Amino acid sequence: MNSDREIILEAKNLRKEFGGLVAVEDVSVQIQARTLHSIIGPNGAGKTTLFNLLSGVLKPTRGFVYFKGQDITHLPPHRIAHLGIGRSFQITNIFPNLTVLENIRLASQALGGDNFRLLKASSDFQKYVDKALQVIEWVGLKGREADLARNLAHGEKRKLELGIMLAADPQVLLLDEPTAGMSSEQVPALLEIIHSIMNLGDKTIILVEHRMDMVMSISDRITVMHLGGLLAEGTPQEIASNQTVQTAYLGDLYGDLTESMEGKNG
Amino acid sequence: MAELQTQNVKKQKPGLFKQNQLAIIVLVLLILFPFIMSLITGQPANEGKPKFWEGQFINFFIMAVYAMSYDLLMGYTGILSFGHAAFFGAGAYTMALWLTHFAPLISSQYKITLPGGMDITTTLLFIVALLLVLIVSILMGLFFSGASVRVKGVYFAMITLAIGEAFHILSKATDFVKWTGADEGLHGVPVPLWINPTQHRLRFYFMALFFMVVMYLFLKRVTESPTGRVFVAIRENENRVRMIGFNPATYRSLAFVTSAIAAGLSGAMFSLWNMSATPSMTSAVTTINALIMTILGGVGTLIGPILGAGLMQIFSQFFYQWFGARWPLVFGLIFIALVVFLPYGIVGTYRLRKQGMKAGWTRFTKQFSAKK
Ligand SMILES: Nc1ncnc2c1ncn2[C@@H]1O[C@H](COP(=O)(O)OP(=O)(O)OP(=O)(O)O)[C@@H](O)[C@H]1O
Ligand SMILES: [Mg+2]
Repeated sequence: MNSDREIILEAKNLRKEFGGLVAVEDVSVQIQARTLHSIIGPNGAGKTTLFNLLSGVLKPTRGFVYFKGQDITHLPPHRIAHLGIGRSFQITNIFPNLTVLENIRLASQALGGDNFRLLKASSDFQKYVDKALQVIEWVGLKGREADLARNLAHGEKRKLELGIMLAADPQVLLLDEPTAGMSSEQVPALLEIIHSIMNLGDKTIILVEHRMDMVMSISDRITVMHLGGLLAEGTPQEIASNQTVQTAYLGDLYGDLTESMEGKNG
Repeated sequence: MAELQTQNVKKQKPGLFKQNQLAIIVLVLLILFPFIMSLITGQPANEGKPKFWEGQFINFFIMAVYAMSYDLLMGYTGILSFGHAAFFGAGAYTMALWLTHFAPLISSQYKITLPGGMDITTTLLFIVALLLVLIVSILMGLFFSGASVRVKGVYFAMITLAIGEAFHILSKATDFVKWTGADEGLHGVPVPLWINPTQHRLRFYFMALFFMVVMYLFLKRVTESPTGRVFVAIRENENRVRMIGFNPATYRSLAFVTSAIAAGLSGAMFSLWNMSATPSMTSAVTTINALIMTILGGVGTLIGPILGAGLMQIFSQFFYQWFGARWPLVFGLIFIALVVFLPYGIVGTYRLRKQGMKAGWTRFTKQFSAKK
């Protein structure tokens, strides 16, 4: 593990203000390549805002974002996507009136270099369709290809949300609460997708999640945010036993944390 | 809009004919139309009643292309522009100005002949005219998209309206009266003899029909291309389009340019057909016409706007005869009724209800077969 401590994504002193509100305050995080790094914190801690800064949706008031050492702070989102940073959204963000297949096919076409073939039918580019079908099977939407995205059930929409991101084959995946709104029965299927992504061996995942048992079991590292700032960072064990996190915040908010860790160890 | 993506996962490609059966039948009928009229009326295809009817259809063909160009913007890309007449007018004025002022000057000084001795000067000058229309249209499209790239929603509509109005004022400006005829416009444009719409009505009919078919195929191809799919995605969710790696501004510009080319060419055809270019072609009414034709027929369908243009042709021609100056009122009421009962336009509503209609028809026919 120590031999490849390559930092793939780095936030440096990021600050984001909305009017008078400081949503992200002096956040510095280093994400190690090929690890699953979770970011947790209560509602309004600034997790989604941090994702927006990392993916170029918002520009920071101050600070920098580096991808493989390159300053990407001021790149527009579509350029950041081209570098290999994918993003899925807390609030489902799909193409409601297009089919499941077309939703994912578009994403696989995006980085393919055939976007300006105005006089060729898109069905002539079979490779994007093939890629899309493969992703559809991966996220478990097989059989739903021809359905309009808006007709999917909530859980399926969450899978589509992931599929759109996966179709572009990104190196770094920013997952913003992939289980948002899902019932607990639907979570294992999603966990399996996340595991299969990590099993590819070359992917880095940054995960924002509220389900603590899930975070504790799959993360390599955890960063805790609180009121826009950093509270702690470490391995799941370190976070679980961190006194500041415990007393200041985890104790009452995530009461089941110590239990779930004990259950895992015991 | 629910432009149901009918393409299936499994690639099924029925024969070219079966797939477009209805379109091909209609096309054959349109080709035969002048001769059928001539048979019915007993008059030659280039005179009298057939000539009048061909005129009606020529106008329809040209306006259909104009309506389709608007559909590419509004129906496919989700761009609601209120300056579309500027594209149409730019094409019309480019053609008319060139044929009135520049082409005669050049042909009076130079003669270009083929080795055989055939004079092709006017033909070449006409081709130059088409190229100029193309260039002007592209510039207009870029100008519109560039000026409106940073604004959204109502502000976008306002800006396009303002630019459109600016071009309208320009076309009426007395400063250029020597060139444009200002309020009067340009009349009696010296259209090349071989396509003179009065003398060669039948020929012009086929030219306009060919124009519409080619532009339909072109626009259809564009909407089905990888680029066109991004247009539709922008209409659906511009934010996600950006997040998966497309720059929406680029695609909006492309949509504008493609639309401006189609609209500009239809304007040029319109000026040939009327042998004139007038400020009414750049006016807000011309923009509204595009909107009405597209909504009537069904946005995001291409075929819809063609139907819409046909209906518009019928309304404007006959309602005036039947209702006199009050015809817009009657038309307005019909328009409201259509939008209420066919919220997705004729083609859009048909496509949405197709399954239900088919089921109904089978039930209907089964009754009869059961009785036997
Ligand atoms: N575009 C915006 N304009 C103004 N305020 C915003 C904006 N986006 C976020 N905020 C505010 O910034 C703070 C952080 O919000 P953010 O969405 O990043 O939190 P979060 O950690 O993702 O919360 P949750 O767990 O509920 O998703 C909140 O107080 C929120 O109201
Ligand atoms: Mg959030």
